Amino acid sequence: MKTLKTPIDREEVEKLKVNDTFSVTGKVFTARDAAHKKLLEVHSEGREVPFPLGEYPCYHCGPVVKNENGKWKLLSAGPTTSMRMEIFENRFIDSFGTRIIIGKGGMGDETLGALERHGGIYAQFTGGAGSLAAESVERVEDVFYLEELGIPEAVWLLEVRDFGPLVVTMDSHGSSLHKELYEKITNNLSRLKGRFSEEF
Amino acid sequence: MDSDLFEEKLTESIKRAVTSIARPTLEALKNASESETGNAKVQLEAMVKAVELGMRKKVPVCQDTGTPTFFVKVGKSFSSSDILCQIKESIKNSVERATDQVPLRPNTVHPISGENPGNNIGRHIPYIEWSICEGDAVDIFFLPKGGGSENMSQLNMMSPGEGLAGVKNIVLERIASMGGKPCPPTIIGLGLGGGSNIAMNLAKEALLRPVGENHEEEDISELERELKDSANQLGVGPMGVGGKTTVLDVHVEYAYRHPASYPVGIVVQCWANRRGFVTIHSDGSVEVKY
Repeated sequence: MKTLKTPIDREEVEKLKVNDTFSVTGKVFTARDAAHKKLLEVHSEGREVPFPLGEYPCYHCGPVVKNENGKWKLLSAGPTTSMRMEIFENRFIDSFGTRIIIGKGGMGDETLGALERHGGIYAQFTGGAGSLAAESVERVEDVFYLEELGIPEAVWLLEVRDFGPLVVTMDSHGSSLHKELYEKITNNLSRLKGRFSEEF
Repeated sequence: MDSDLFEEKLTESIKRAVTSIARPTLEALKNASESETGNAKVQLEAMVKAVELGMRKKVPVCQDTGTPTFFVKVGKSFSSSDILCQIKESIKNSVERATDQVPLRPNTVHPISGENPGNNIGRHIPYIEWSICEGDAVDIFFLPKGGGSENMSQLNMMSPGEGLAGVKNIVLERIASMGGKPCPPTIIGLGLGGGSNIAMNLAKEALLRPVGENHEEEDISELERELKDSANQLGVGPMGVGGKTTVLDVHVEYAYRHPASYPVGIVVQCWANRRGFVTIHSDGSVEVKY
């Protein structure tokens, strides 16, 4: 499995195609609904965001964390459903130049367009596998907007090693596994629906 | 019954629930992993690894530890009203304790303001569904269900003329349209009949039944098998990356309905099928079953 190191290099990302698996070593930040909204607000008001959001993958995740003697420890950190962020993601990518989006369940056409414009990809980490994701987190580097947004919605900046397996499901060349599969699934659905009987 | 001890056992059950998954579900995932290839297999292997890690390190398998929801089934011959009066308070205390100790993710927020009290306690939460059943014990089930799968729930008020074929179509359409969002392979809870709330309640309660166990009535059991086989021909696959394993099981419950209404409730459970089960015996002793 290929390992990508942060800061993210555009050329490396562009080499990745739908169905490729890879892992990430370096820094990753979490952002869910409220964090996307917050970071975009900060940006549109012309204020500085806390770190260069374009250099690290954005992970759709609200972790379980524990504070031990003033230090945050991350215990479980699987992905959340990415589609909720579809309303923000193209503006997010356009504003910050983020090239790797990690989540689950896939995203829509607006995001796919932004990924193509910026040479980025969307990748899935196995949903629900929070304990496995936490294994690759070496430490919590920092946390932002914690008081305002609460634990799940805050922006957690994490130091990770071999964070994966990540499966590319949308690439920088306009391909989307979700779209391809949706067509197949729709065909299978019509075939199956035609077979159902009334019998009980 | 010593309430401290009871709360300790309830907290233990909550911890066990979120740091592992139900055994028949784990077996089903392992079996599925053997029959899949490529990225579908990669997903299933990661799931099994996550469960093993959760159990070994005593950390939540999935970071989404759900909205605390309990089903309390009181045996009609259970005689201690003192204990019954205490259950609600003890569940609340145990949720608060588990949120701090396990920890659980503080998931409970005000529906409008979004305010998060941080302890998983709020108006009507933890939610308790009470029922009276046969026997002389009290069974307490805990169902920590993530938001991703819960968001896929659906109530359909079908026209009765659409019949059983209409039910099957609706279920398959739902499974196809939700794709990878509810973390497949899922378990589908299907509630037929009753009224709107009854169908949804039945659908959720159907999820308490272990994976691999069919309905006691042969006709319903046959319907469950047909829906499961059909769903697995859709090609959604583990985490929606394509494959043969889209659902691990379909559980159907039903109630008689109004002749003019045909409610069909669908509630989806993710692969991380977590649950706790505690029994209070008639002598007041408390047993953590899982």
